[in-house]
Amino acid sequence: MIKFLLGRLMQGILVLFTLYTITFFLAKAMPGEPFTSEKNVSAETKANIRKLYGLDRPLWEQYYVYPKNIITEGSLGISTSKGRPVKDIIAQSFPNSLILGLCALGFAVGIGIPIGVLSAVRKNSWVDWSCMGIAMIGICVPSFTIGPLLQIYLAAHLPGLKVAGWGSPQDVILPAFTLGLVSAAYLARLTRGGILEVLSQDFVRTAQAKGLSPSKVIIKHSLRGGLIPAVAYLGPAFAALISGSFIVETIFQVPGMGQHFVNAATTRDEFLLLGISLFFGFLIVVMNLIADLLTGFLDPRVRIADNPE
Amino acid sequence: MPEGPASEFEQGSSLWKDARHRMGQNKFAMGSLCVLGLMILLCFAMAWFCKDPNKVNLVNKFAAPSEEHWFGTDALGRDLFARILYGGQVSILVGLIATAVSVAIGIIYGAISGFIGGKTDAVLMRIVDTLLAIPFLVLVIVLQATLSNFSGEVTQWIVDSWGWDKQFTSRLTNVVPLFFALGLLGWLTLSRIVRAQVLAIKEREFVEAAVALGYSKSRILFRHVIPNVLGPTIVYSTLTVPGFIMYEAILSFLGLGVESPNSSWGVLIKEGANFLETEIQLLLLPGLFFSLTLFSLNFLGDGLRDALDVKASKD
Repeated sequence: MIKFLLGRLMQGILVLFTLYTITFFLAKAMPGEPFTSEKNVSAETKANIRKLYGLDRPLWEQYYVYPKNIITEGSLGISTSKGRPVKDIIAQSFPNSLILGLCALGFAVGIGIPIGVLSAVRKNSWVDWSCMGIAMIGICVPSFTIGPLLQIYLAAHLPGLKVAGWGSPQDVILPAFTLGLVSAAYLARLTRGGILEVLSQDFVRTAQAKGLSPSKVIIKHSLRGGLIPAVAYLGPAFAALISGSFIVETIFQVPGMGQHFVNAATTRDEFLLLGISLFFGFLIVVMNLIADLLTGFLDPRVRIADNPE
Repeated sequence: MPEGPASEFEQGSSLWKDARHRMGQNKFAMGSLCVLGLMILLCFAMAWFCKDPNKVNLVNKFAAPSEEHWFGTDALGRDLFARILYGGQVSILVGLIATAVSVAIGIIYGAISGFIGGKTDAVLMRIVDTLLAIPFLVLVIVLQATLSNFSGEVTQWIVDSWGWDKQFTSRLTNVVPLFFALGLLGWLTLSRIVRAQVLAIKEREFVEAAVALGYSKSRILFRHVIPNVLGPTIVYSTLTVPGFIMYEAILSFLGLGVESPNSSWGVLIKEGANFLETEIQLLLLPGLFFSLTLFSLNFLGDGLRDALDVKASKD
């Protein structure tokens, strides 16, 4: 197990390093200046600002200084468009994104998995068809269509719900629902597939032959194995929730990290871009690790496959 | 000895014949095929007979659906029906071209990895694993922001040196980076599928025969192995088309993809969301076309995959 963890840790570091390298060189390849908003600045001042941010140094030096600063000082650089440390921007906006993401994940798991189980148990009935039809709608209708529709038909009419904004606890309901819908739909499909595969196996037939009640067969014998695909999807699902939050944050005006990231990409704010990309990458590496551990816990075959000795 | 009539022998059923039969049984998939055919006909044939999607008419903005404007007009008095059809061209093309790019890369990469095997295979697949762990949308946004930053300069250069029409060129340079940003990053899963297929095909007798005939490795790879993985790979890639269309819409919605006055379904939904309270059809109609297309593509892809029983295997 320790060997497995170490291997994953190494891979995680490699992932972050690759992400850093790609983002760094893409950011450098963008044409134009990071300080275009200050148009009437003399060339000398400009050079001084560049020096302040360390942008006058040779490329290879900039390339290794940034990760070095992360490790030695824990600094993610200073945003060139906002003039504030990237760390502060993340610290301020990330809690909002996290709350939104976790609520959406909770919603996706709470809705998606039961629907998938129900669908699998009632395979090829109208219950199955309608559940999977709804799941397909969840996948195919974009959040930026569902979000505005919820705003106009729910938020405008129900007391306590606001069309947009972020202040009181109930403000998280609509964005989380919009954000979690796609993941809920994927989870439902994966759960259905997983359970159906387990239900076709011999040990389930044995359990049925022993005369166990159908609910016992499902809960005690099929759920553990059948949930493996869904659990393995949780890591990517979290990534999808965070990336999806770019849109939902825009629609519902949630002061989260997504808006900063999109702004950084369009204003050529390279330190903010690098900092947020790496932070996203880090979160996703950690989530994938957790999903791997959970999968290993549920499925003994994975443990054996990863530890041949 | 006289040869017996062919009917005496059991007629073998080929993979593709089986698959066609199974597809025919799948009502959802067949229905989706019809919807898609209709959608492509509308967007690519019907669009020629439509009004100019960019003709602004401020006197006639937010017009209700009428005989002249079937879906009414938008905030600038442009014909919504024409804009949806032209937007559909962009959205569908993004899906198809990005898929083509990623299939091309994925097949070559996966086939080389699976065919050579050993250490090379291990290294190549580790690279794929690493790239797969990077959040896709983050990379696409960064890549698209970089590529689209060049589009102004590229437009100017093409207009100056080749004398192309400026409006057409800027439309092209706005959309083309998107094809590549998505395609360049979308091949990862495909390469894994190709590799799994190649590993299976490598052991077959006809490859052994080709080796025995003394053919070079590259000839065996390109003439014997790759043509045999092409079919299943293309089937699987049907499922990536809706994903790319969705990403186009997401990027356009964030202002990083197709930009007004060009239209795509993402742009139209974004514009429609601004006039939600009074003119909900501006959001609903493009949304309907968009969702219907994605719906059919997903059902068709699922049906094709089930019919051919293509599986994505990790090892």
